[in-house]
Amino acid sequence: MSIDPDTLLGILAMAVATVACRLVGLLLPAGIEWRGRLAAGLEAMPPAVLAAIIAPTLLATGWAETLAGAAVVVAAWRLPMTAVIGVGILGAAGFRYLLA
Amino acid sequence: MSDSRLSRSASPLTEFREGVLTTLPAIAAAVPFAVLIGALAVDKGLSVVESGLMSALVFAGASQFVALEGWTAPAPWLALCLTALAVNMRHGLMSVSLVRRLERFPCWSHPVVLFFMVDEIWAFAEARAARRPLTPAFYAGLVTFFYCAWVAGTLAGAALGGMLPEPKAFGLDFTFIAIFVVLILGFRARPGFVLTILASAGVAVTVDLLWPGPWSIMAGALAGILAAAFGPRGRAA
Repeated sequence: MSIDPDTLLGILAMAVATVACRLVGLLLPAGIEWRGRLAAGLEAMPPAVLAAIIAPTLLATGWAETLAGAAVVVAAWRLPMTAVIGVGILGAAGFRYLLA
Repeated sequence: MSDSRLSRSASPLTEFREGVLTTLPAIAAAVPFAVLIGALAVDKGLSVVESGLMSALVFAGASQFVALEGWTAPAPWLALCLTALAVNMRHGLMSVSLVRRLERFPCWSHPVVLFFMVDEIWAFAEARAARRPLTPAFYAGLVTFFYCAWVAGTLAGAALGGMLPEPKAFGLDFTFIAIFVVLILGFRARPGFVLTILASAGVAVTVDLLWPGPWSIMAGALAGILAAAFGPRGRAA
């Protein structure tokens, strides 16, 4: 149960880098007007970032992930969140087992 | 969802509870990964306290994984710093977007809000803000248990060590995929939605194939944002 100074320094370095990324939004001048293309780009940010996070897993990992991803997308069109999660877990576990 | 029965001026307690309920599936999915990170950290020579400290201070799953997989002693602080920067760069975009939703938050709280802004919490907050004003109580509900579960899970994993199964084997990583897909589709009424998704996913996959690592997220996200900004608009041209 000790804290090694080098490890602490490493953890702090990671923390500083992470917090710096997360605080970027505070650098924007207050009262900035979001209009036109700027607004359109910002409005698209949530789906754009989320799609970029999951796309490589779904499309560039293997058939199991792609098939499970397709099942999730179909399920998400109709079903509530918990059901979609169930489809995702079963789909991923099942296809990985079958295609392993 | 019980959204419709809530008036605009829901009490803070109601808002807090809504936040907690929203984040429960993500907590259930995050805990196995926190446990795995704790076990991995101990395996790489960190103490239990250090493992917990990392989860408490860094609080960013993906970058913790990447950092621990390449961990050497003594810890290479500069390399760790750069790794965390690269993996978490997307949070810069997220914070630019989220800051616009904080009208109801006191100024001093903005850095605190952003400290706790991991992917899931950000995504839930954005999805909420698209439908109604984001409140401090709701955000606190999102954060409180998620954060505690993350740190507690890491400590548990560090204490238990390497006798745990890999969550991916049970498809648990697809909890996050499912949550993100649902949240993405929640934005489907927005103009330019399809173009944004195609650009973002296409570029992310291409970059990932050419250059595996954290860059695919930033590249894809920027492509989607640019496509929305400069592509044809659904509404008036």
